[in-house]
Amino acid sequence: MATEAPTAGEYIVHHLTHLNSTGHAQKAVIDWSVWNLDTLFFSVSLGVIALFFLIRAANKATAGVPGRFQAAVEILVEMVADQAKGIVHSAESRKFVAPVALTVFLWIFLMNSMDFLPVDLLPRIWQAITGDSHSYLRVVPTADLNGTLGMSIGVLLLCLYYNIKIKGFSGWVHELFTAPFGSHPLLYPINFLMQMIEFLAKTVSHGMRLFGNMYAGELIFMLIALLGGTATVFGFVGHIVAGSIWAVFHILIVALQAFIFMMLTLVYIGQAHESH
Amino acid sequence: MNLNATLIAQLVVFFILAWVTMKFVWPPIVKALDERAKKIADGLAAADKAKADLSLAEKKVVEELRKARESAGDVRGAAEKQAATVLDEARAEAARIIAQAREAAQGEAGAAAQRAKEALRDQVANLAVAGAERILRREINAQVHADLLANLKQELQ
Repeated sequence: MATEAPTAGEYIVHHLTHLNSTGHAQKAVIDWSVWNLDTLFFSVSLGVIALFFLIRAANKATAGVPGRFQAAVEILVEMVADQAKGIVHSAESRKFVAPVALTVFLWIFLMNSMDFLPVDLLPRIWQAITGDSHSYLRVVPTADLNGTLGMSIGVLLLCLYYNIKIKGFSGWVHELFTAPFGSHPLLYPINFLMQMIEFLAKTVSHGMRLFGNMYAGELIFMLIALLGGTATVFGFVGHIVAGSIWAVFHILIVALQAFIFMMLTLVYIGQAHESH
Repeated sequence: MNLNATLIAQLVVFFILAWVTMKFVWPPIVKALDERAKKIADGLAAADKAKADLSLAEKKVVEELRKARESAGDVRGAAEKQAATVLDEARAEAARIIAQAREAAQGEAGAAAQRAKEALRDQVANLAVAGAERILRREINAQVHADLLANLKQELQ
């Protein structure tokens, strides 16, 4: 499409630039007036697809002999329900927390799976549609920090909600100042500082872990594509070998990261239920 | 890795998806799973009960068989005893009949021998008389000598 082949640097940078509401790469590190349209489109679409299949399975669910599809969904639900039961001890909270975990797992699994599409496939199609060979498009919503931090902040809000719901507002504030080191006026600021650092670290690491994994995975796919782009025998063979190995390995990462995000969601919410 | 309003949107989407799952996905599936678990538990319990019933029935069958065998043995014993009695009776009856018949036959044979003897005696007497007549070559008055002849007859006996 491009009139002249981009350099390796240009290729990577182009692939790492979002299709956003401004039409060009975002300059500032934080700019609340910008929307990443590609991330929004793919994450919402995949969320809707996931829910579509889940609702279909839910509507067909009977106590009789399940079909394969229903059995698959049930295995997933059972797995999440078991994990939730082991981590969050309040049955009342589980009514919401377990579905959250299921949603998170399936949604992230699908978003991560966008990595399995050839790195240039959807961007090329998009460029053909817009007729602009420089159109930006990133297809992995979890390789966008906005996507993962959005979810981890959602989990943080749930943690705060359950902290207040279970311990009461005053009980929670009391805990903020007296845990983890103990109830002494001299320790209040230290305790509070520790608690704030804990919340911040939990949320940031929660979102960053997923983002880092998927971003790195995407980047390596691009580098492998660049290898094939050299159009030499070495590049071709290297592309096939490295691409196959990395794709197979990435299946593990995709499932594992989705599972880790789900488990941490449950663990953090479970911690909000426990008083120190 | 710039932050922008996408983050807020993603946050909202996160809660919407979670809410939809909580409302429309989770309850029916979990309900079906629980119902199925209950069904299976009921089925297993029924199977256990059936097994227990079966073993009970088997025990009963064995007991009944034993009883039947016992009563059959009783019946056979009684029948054998009765048969033996009947046989003995029949044997006794037969012996009695045989003895009777033998007695009758013996009586009859005795009587026949007696009759034959008497007939023989008469004939001998007549022959003796005829012989005497011939020897004497004279007429003998049978009436005069009847006593003599009767005596003779008596002696021949």
